[in-house]
This record gives sequence, C-alpha cells and structure tokens, in this order.
Amino acid sequence: MTNAMELYQMLPKTNCKKCGKTSCMAFAVSLMSRELTPEDCPPLKEESKYRESYEKICELFKPSEGATETGLIVHEDLCFGCGNCVVACPPNVANDPYGVGSGKAPTNVNRLVLTVEDGVVKAQNLGECRRFGKNKILCYGCIVTCPVEAIEFV
Amino acid sequence: MEKNYYVCTGCGLLCDDIEVESEKNIINKVYTACRVGVAHMKNAKGETNFLVDNKPVDEATAVREAASILKNAKNPLIFGLGTSTDETQKLAIELAKKTNATLDDTSSFCLGPLVEALLQDKLKTCTLEDVRNKADVIIFWGADPSDSHPRHLSKHSYFPRGSEKQKGWEEERTAIAIDVRKSHTAKICGNYFFQIPPGGDTEFIDALIAALSGKLPKTSYKYPPKKILELANILKGAKFGVIFAGLGLIYSLEDLEPVFRLMKVLNEKANFHLVPMVGHYNMRGFNENLFAETGYVNRVKFEDGIVKHGPEYSVVESLKAKTVDAALIIGSDPLSSLPRSVSKNLLEIPVISIDPCETLTSKHAKIYINTAVSGVEAGGSATRMDGTKVSFKPVVETVHPSDEAILKKIMEAV
Ligand code: SF4
Ligand code: SF4
Ligand code: SF4
Ligand code: SF4
Repeated sequence: MTNAMELYQMLPKTNCKKCGKTSCMAFAVSLMSRELTPEDCPPLKEESKYRESYEKICELFKPSEGATETGLIVHEDLCFGCGNCVVACPPNVANDPYGVGSGKAPTNVNRLVLTVEDGVVKAQNLGECRRFGKNKILCYGCIVTCPVEAIEFV
Repeated sequence: MEKNYYVCTGCGLLCDDIEVESEKNIINKVYTACRVGVAHMKNAKGETNFLVDNKPVDEATAVREAASILKNAKNPLIFGLGTSTDETQKLAIELAKKTNATLDDTSSFCLGPLVEALLQDKLKTCTLEDVRNKADVIIFWGADPSDSHPRHLSKHSYFPRGSEKQKGWEEERTAIAIDVRKSHTAKICGNYFFQIPPGGDTEFIDALIAALSGKLPKTSYKYPPKKILELANILKGAKFGVIFAGLGLIYSLEDLEPVFRLMKVLNEKANFHLVPMVGHYNMRGFNENLFAETGYVNRVKFEDGIVKHGPEYSVVESLKAKTVDAALIIGSDPLSSLPRSVSKNLLEIPVISIDPCETLTSKHAKIYINTAVSGVEAGGSATRMDGTKVSFKPVVETVHPSDEAILKKIMEAV
C-alpha cells in the first residue's frame, strides 16, 4: 500500500510532538504499525490546511471489510492451503514447536494464529499475532512465504 | 486424547497428519490437508457403476466379461496403477503373468529412469524426514512443488523446524529453484531462482560442474557466469544438500548421464542427495514392486513364465506399433494424457477401465468398473516419493469395491 516515507510527506512535518512521538517521521512509523491512528496527530486532524492530507491518510487506514483486528485478510480464492504461512508464523512456531512448527498437524490449536481447514488458511487467536497488541512489530512471516499473495494486511 | 490421523493420497507426498470430521460416511471437514488433498478426499460419489458397452450390468457380469477379454487377447496391455495400493499392484503383476500381458505405467514417460537409478543405488538419496531434520541447501530443479505437491515446502523441504534445524528457514536453509519459468516455488526462492531456457538443463549442469571445479562456466545462452559461480559456492558449502528432480529436468535430458556427473562432483565437494518429485501417490510403489519381481521398473512383457523388457513394451510404443490387442487400464486416463496419435489406437481394441472417476478412457471403454477411491474409501499401503512405506486405512466406508477386490475376482475368472 504505502510506506512510512510517503506518509511522512503528507504530515505537517513540524515535529511538534503533540502526538506523543518525537517527530513526524516517528509518527509515520507508528501509523504504519497501526500503533497510532491519523486522529492522534492534532494539527493534522484540526487544521484546515491539512484537510486534504488528513482525508487521504484516513482513507489509507480505514478498516476494510473482511479484515480481522490486525488487518489480516485471507484471499480465500487464492489460498490453496500449502501451509507455508502456518509453519513460518513465529507465534505458531513458539506455541506449537513440535506440531505446526515442525511442519505437522497442529497440536495446540487454541494458541495458533494460522491453521489450514478444508484446504484454506484460517486466521484466529489474533492476540498472538505479532502485529497485534502493545509490543506489536511489523512481521512479514506469512506474507513472504505465501506463493500466491493470499494474505494481506490492510 | 490420542488424535486419529489419516493419510492423504492426493499426491506423492502422502501426508500422514490429516484430521477428518465425517458423518454417515460423508466427509464434512478436513484439517491440515492442502486444497488438492481436500478435493481428493471429498470426492464422494453416488451409486456404483458396472458398465458393459455403456449399459449397466451387475458386478459378476462385468468381471466375467473383463476376464474373457483378457483370456482371448494374445497380448493384452495392463497399464496405470500409479494411484493403486501396493496390494493392487502386486495383483496386477500376477495377472499380467497369467495373461502373458505387456505391463507398464506412466513412469515410462516421466520419472521412471530416475527411480530405477535410485533402486540400483546409482544415486545417493535420503528421506523427507532427513530433509526436514538436516537439509541446508535445497534445489528444486524442473519442479514446482508449490503446485504439484502443495505441502512439500511447509511439511518437509523448507519451512519446518527439524532436529538439526532449530533456528528456522531464514537462517539455516537456502532454497534454490532452477526452472524455465518463474513458478510459484521459484517465487519463494527469491534471488536464488535461476531461469534457464527450455532444453538448457544439460548445458547448465556442465557449466555448474565447471564452476564447482573452479573453471569459468560457459553456456551457449550466455548465462551470467557470475551467477553460476555464486550458485556453485552455495552448493559447495552444503552440509546436507538435496536436489528435488522434477519432470522439467527429466524431459530436457536425453539420458541421466549429466545428472550422474553432477551428483558425483557435488559429492566430491559437498554432501548431496536426490529425491524424485513423484506425482501420483504410488507410482514409485509400482516401480519398486515390479523391480522386486522382475528387476525392471516398467515396460515389461510376460511370456510363458519369462520376462522381456525394453522400450517396445512401453504404453506409448506398444500402442503405436499396435502390438497389443486389448487393454486393462487401472486408475489412469491415457485417452486424455497421451498424444492423440498414440491414444487413438486404444479405440480399436477392447478396453477395460477400472477407475474411481469417469474419464474419457472410461467413457470409451468396453467395460467400466467404478471402484473405491484408494486411500479415501479403501486402505492399503504405498511408497512415498522418497521410498518410505506408508500404510493407510480408509477414511469412510463405501459400497464401491476396491480395485484390489476387482482384480482378485478377475484373476480368479481368467
Ligand atoms: S503531532 Fe503531528 S505534526 Fe506534531 S509531531 Fe506528531 S505528527 Fe508531527
Ligand atoms: S504477521 Fe507474523 S505473527 Fe502475524 S500471522 Fe503473519 S506471520 Fe504470524
Ligand atoms: S495463505 Fe498462502 S502460504 Fe498460507 S496456506 Fe494459503 S497459499 Fe499457503
Ligand atoms: S501435499 Fe499431497 S498428500 Fe499432502 S495434503 Fe496435499 S495433496 Fe495430500
């Protein structure tokens, strides 16, 4: 979709720190990781000269349909259940090292983010996903391992 | 609670960790299998069918007619069996002996030579568990497992943790694709995708051997020498390397000699294994069973207790030369898969089709016997692509007879 640099270009670039971040660039990074939302920058939201940028950024981050809490969408028509993402997902490996982490059937379904059901990947327990929660980080495990781009974060 | 796992017979990977929810012999949900496997397992059918000249008959009639075709033929062809159990394959070999038949399977025009070389100990090989536990350099050559064996990378070859590979694929494994097109597997391999022109495999092997020996790698299609040297360096560093050889590689070679040469050099510089990317779930089993019985993996002709072997006994050559005068085809659809110029000769001889699915071949057959889906409705054992034996039980019960049961009855009647 976009990157932090492009977002930065649309911000006020005053580094006023009202968002709680040390700079506009830091705010852009927080936007990308979904730690903060566009409303968290008061000047952007309130000052009319930024209206256009604000709307554009909001558009980029509006929660889309079908998205789960982390913004994860599975394109079920594309996914063919190869399980690459299931086996590569770091919390899956940590929570079930000898099951999915070793390429096998899950043994700890209640704590797995991704599993394959009826030949299509299913996302659940999103609290475990690294893109979720307080210490969230940008994880690409399931994206780079998918041969058909069936997983997307919005 | 101990989980009840089933084996998927959707491809040569024979995944053995599938959970199934079923009710009244209908499969409702399948866990962990890929889409191909799910489609295979949910391929539920209605009534059983026994057709003679496209008219419904009972089982006894169909069996009797089939036996009489085989009895009256001088040189029947028995073909297929890639999706049949070991037990069925062994029966088919016995039946071929009894009826003086020509016996062949699809391996004669795909991976047969490679499996033969492995059975004759001409190439170093390993199991898929070894790959998971130890492999650090994995080459997919003329193979696209992401399409043909969807769980290959996740269950064995690239992503899983193994006993000696605990840090994960990013750090501990290098996956390489050598292919004529950017396949789904090649995409996963990223920078380690080496795209070569169609038919360019032999030259690429020679260039790679040169690079491994410290010489300048040259190809007529001007593959950047730097890239080949880079590849050679990775291969030299392999502690446990494996080449997954697919049809793309085999079709491009005149014979296996370049593969032998490459494997020899690779094993002088490093440690490399080769595993054939067998497609049908038990094609390798057919090769092994026939090899145990006759010393050949395919293309044989039985004649009064002796075995003849040669290219003229392949399905393609024997149909081309019209040397066979009837055909028993088990779990295969040569009318769709063989070139029309060859398969059209099947229309001139009586054909018995034994298949869980209606196919073009079954539609044109004199006799069609609709059997249980092997591995889903009937159990048995099979050989995985890497040579590992796998036994399985049926997932659901069925009214359809297994191909094993049918062959037994035909055998008694001839
Ligand atoms: S509040 Fe807005 S303008 Fe101020 S530093 Fe944060 S992003 Fe920049
Ligand atoms: S983003 Fe990372 S943690 Fe989240 S589902 Fe994908 S691989 Fe797993
Ligand atoms: S989302 Fe992609 S990687 Fe995951 S199972 Fe589906 S196809 Fe495979
Ligand atoms: S990879 Fe092959 S054996 Fe495994 S689930 Fe898929 S079709 Fe079945």
